Amino acid sequence: METCFHCGDNCNNDTIIHQDKFFCCNGCKTVFTLLYENDLSYYYDLALTPGITPETIEGKFDFLKNETIVAKLLDFDEQGTQIVTLLIPAIHCSSCIWVLENLNKLNPSIKTSQVSFPKKTVHITFNSADLSLNSLVSLLCRLGYEPSISLEDYSTTKKTIDKSLIYKLGVAGFAFGNIMFLSFPEYFESNEFWLEQYKHVFRWLMFSFAVPAVFYSASDYFTSAIKGLRSKVLTIDVPIAIGISVLFLRSFIEIAFDLGSGFLDSLAGLIFFLLLGKLFQQKTYSFLSFERDYKSYFPIAVTRIKKASRTTPSPLINEEQVQIHEIKKGDRILIRNRELIPTDGILVSGSALIDYSFVTGEAKPVSKSPGDKLYAGGKQQAATIEIEVLKSVEQSYLTQLWNNDVFKKSSQSTFQSLTDAISKRFTIGILTIAFVACLFWLAYDSSKALNVLTAVLIVACPCAIALAAPFTLGNLLRVFGINQFYVKDAKIIEKMAHINTVVFDKTGTLTSNSQNVVTYEGIELTNDEKVLLISTIRASNHPLSRALYDILKKNDIKTLDGFQEDLGQGIVGTINNQQIKVGSYSFVETGTQKLSSPTFSEKVNRTTVHISANNKYKGCYVFYNEYREGVKEVFDQLSKNKQIVILSGDNDGEEATLKKLLPNDSTLLFDQKPEDKLNYIKELQRQGQNVMMIGDGLNDSGALAQSNVGIVISENVNVFSPACDGILAANQFKNLMALLTLSKQGIRIIKYAFVFSIFYNIIGLGFAITGNLEPIVAAILMPLSSISIVVFTTMCTFIAGRKLTNKTKFER
Amino acid sequence: MSIIYLLLTISVIVALVFFIAFIISVKKGQYDDTYTPSIRMLFEDELIKGGDATTTEGRTDQPTTKKEQLS
Repeated sequence: METCFHCGDNCNNDTIIHQDKFFCCNGCKTVFTLLYENDLSYYYDLALTPGITPETIEGKFDFLKNETIVAKLLDFDEQGTQIVTLLIPAIHCSSCIWVLENLNKLNPSIKTSQVSFPKKTVHITFNSADLSLNSLVSLLCRLGYEPSISLEDYSTTKKTIDKSLIYKLGVAGFAFGNIMFLSFPEYFESNEFWLEQYKHVFRWLMFSFAVPAVFYSASDYFTSAIKGLRSKVLTIDVPIAIGISVLFLRSFIEIAFDLGSGFLDSLAGLIFFLLLGKLFQQKTYSFLSFERDYKSYFPIAVTRIKKASRTTPSPLINEEQVQIHEIKKGDRILIRNRELIPTDGILVSGSALIDYSFVTGEAKPVSKSPGDKLYAGGKQQAATIEIEVLKSVEQSYLTQLWNNDVFKKSSQSTFQSLTDAISKRFTIGILTIAFVACLFWLAYDSSKALNVLTAVLIVACPCAIALAAPFTLGNLLRVFGINQFYVKDAKIIEKMAHINTVVFDKTGTLTSNSQNVVTYEGIELTNDEKVLLISTIRASNHPLSRALYDILKKNDIKTLDGFQEDLGQGIVGTINNQQIKVGSYSFVETGTQKLSSPTFSEKVNRTTVHISANNKYKGCYVFYNEYREGVKEVFDQLSKNKQIVILSGDNDGEEATLKKLLPNDSTLLFDQKPEDKLNYIKELQRQGQNVMMIGDGLNDSGALAQSNVGIVISENVNVFSPACDGILAANQFKNLMALLTLSKQGIRIIKYAFVFSIFYNIIGLGFAITGNLEPIVAAILMPLSSISIVVFTTMCTFIAGRKLTNKTKFER
Repeated sequence: MSIIYLLLTISVIVALVFFIAFIISVKKGQYDDTYTPSIRMLFEDELIKGGDATTTEGRTDQPTTKKEQLS
C-alpha cells in the first residue's frame, strides 16, 4: 500500500504516479505540481508529508465578490494595497509556515505574508489592482490551505492583545534586578566609612526603583484585594496586598528615619515572582476559541435570487451574494451542497436532504419536499435547493437557544478555588499571630513591638501559597495540551477534580461520524449484481450511497445504461437490461415478487438500504453507529466512582447496544431536545451533583454551559465547536479517566505544596517573632521559598503527567 | 569617592535605555507571537537560481519591517 507523497494518506486503487512519486488523488498531485513548478519543493524537505488534500466546493467563496463584505474583512485598503488576516485552520507544521510565507513566489501580486503559528493566521499584503481577495483565497484553497471565514470574524472588532501583564512583569523584573544590585553593599555588614557616607544615596535610589514596582506592577493585587474585602471574601490577594504594603511602608520609614535599609529587595522579588506565576498560568490557546456561539458556525453570506425588476425583463435568474443579516422575510435564497441553512424558511424547489445532527442530535438526514419547513442550522446534503425565507437570522429557532438565561449568567463565581480556601485561614492565622506577638513584645520590651508586628506580616510569605496553584495548574494545562485536551483556564482543572457525574451525548460524541459499520442481511448478491450495485450507488449523491460506496470493494465499475434517482426514496440503475433498485423498503419493494417474508423488522429504528435486483427483493444493508474506540473501557473506568448518564437527541434505536456497554445503574434518555438536556443537568445539580457534560453539537450548548465542566469532543479541533470549557480531540477519548485522575493528582500536589510552604513560614516566623528579622534573612528566605515551591510543583506535575503521556505515546 | 555619583548615574541611564528598548519591543508586537520566529529562523536561505549549492543568498528581513510600516 503506497502512501501519498503529498498528504500521507493511503493510496487506494486510484494511485497516481507522477515524477516517480505516488499520490492518492489528483488534488494532491496538482498541489505538488504547482509547488514544484514554482521552485517551492523545499516544502517537502521541511516536514514529512506535510500536504493537505485540497477540497473546495465550487462557489464557496463567491461572497467575496461582494464589495461590502470584502471591506469588512480587510485590515487595510488604501492606494492599491490591501492587507488581510486570514484564519487557516490547516496550518499544522513548519512546511505550512514556509510555503505560506513564500506565497509571493506563486503570485507576484502578493507582496508579503506572515504566519502566526499559535493563532493559525496568515497576514497577507497584496496588490489589490492585480489580485482580488477572491482570487487570493482561491489560490490558498488550491494549495490546500482553505481559510475559514465565518460570521464571527466578520462582526467582531479588532481585539487588542492585553500586554499589560508583560509590561508589569518587565517593570518588576527591572526593579528587582537593580534593587538587588544596589543593596549588595548593605548585606556585608561592616562599619566601612564610605558605606556610611553613601548609604542614603543607595537607599533612596533603591526606593525610586521600588515605587513603580509597587504602584504599577502590583496594582492588580491591591484592586483585587479591595474588591474582595468589599464583597467580604478573603482571596489570596488580601494577604499579598497586606504583605506588599507593610513591606513598602516599613522600608520607607526605615530609610526616611535612618533606622535601617528596608526590605526593598524582598519586596521587588516578591512582586516579580508573583507576576511570573500569573504569566505562567495564563497559557492560552489562541487558535482555539472557547466562546463560540452560532455565529462562528454560520457563513457570512448567502446567494440570494434577485427579484426580476422592471428594468430586467429577461427570465434569467440573477443571483447576488448578500450578508446573512440582510436576508428578510420573503427573500429567495439558494443553498448548495454541504452549505448551511442560515434561517428558517420554506423549501421552494429542489430536493432537500437536511442533516440536523449538529442542531438536534438526529443522526439521520431528513428528506423534505417542496412546501416543507426547513430550520436554521441544518446542512444540505443533496444538490442545490431554493428556499423562501420566513424569518431573519436573529429571529430563527436556533438563535433563540442563545437567549436562555444560562448564557447570560456570568461564569460561576461561586466556585472557590483551593488557593482561596487556604488563603482565608492563612490570613486570619497570620494576623492573629502578628497581633499576639506584638502585644507580647509591648509588655516585654516595647521598642521591638512594631518591629515584630511588621516582620511577621512581611515574612509570612503568601507567595508560596500564591505560586503553588498557578505553577501546578499551569503545568497541568501544558500536559493536557500535549495530550490534545485543550482547557480554557486553570480553574477548570480544579472543577474537574470534584466531578461525580458524567453526562454523555450520543451522536458524534460516543459515536464517530467518520466511520460506519455495515452488515448485509438477506440473499447474497451475485458478482454481476454487485458490480451493478457499486456502479449505481457511485452515481448517487445521497450520503448513505456515498457511505456504502466507501465501504464496499470497488472491483470493476461499469458505465450504467440507465440511471434514475427518486430523491429521498431510492435509485435505479440498469446495465444490459439488468436492473437494480437501491433505497428505502417501500421504494425497492414495489413491483417485486415477494420471495419470502421479510427477515427484518422496520419497527426497530435502524438505518437501512434495501436492494432488489430484476424485481426480486434481495436484502438490505444495515448501518450501525460506529462507537469510538475505547468506549466500553471508559465506561468501566468511570463507573467505579461516578454516575454515567446518556442524553441523546436521536431516537432509541441504539438503546440495546448502549445498555450492553454501560453499567446497570446508568440512565439513558433519548429524543432529548436541547432544552431537555439543559433542564436535566439543572436537576442533577439541584440534587447536589457536580456534573461534567461531554457533547459535540449546537444542541448540546445549553447543557455544556449549565454543567460544572463542559467538554466538547472534536474530530478536528480547528472546526467549529460550541462554547465550552475544554476541547478533547476525538482520538483521545479513551483517556478520559486518566485526565480526570490527573486533575485530582494536581489538587493533591497543590496541597503538598501548601504543607511545604508552611514549613518555610514557621522558620521565617521564628526569626520574626524573636525580633531578629534582618533584611538579608528576608531576602534569602522569600526567593528560596518561591523557587523551591516552583521546582517542587514542576517536578511533581512532570512525573504525574509522564504517566499519561507515556500511555498515549505507547498506543499511538 | 564622589565619582560614585557619576557612576551610579551612568549605570542607571544605561539600565533605563535597555528598559525603554524592552517597552518599545513589546509595543511593536514582538511578544505577541513567540513561537513562529523560532521555526522561521531554521528555514534555509534561498539559493541563487542556477548557481551551485554552496552559494546562498540571505533572506532579507523586509517582510517584517514592511508590515510594521503599514499596520
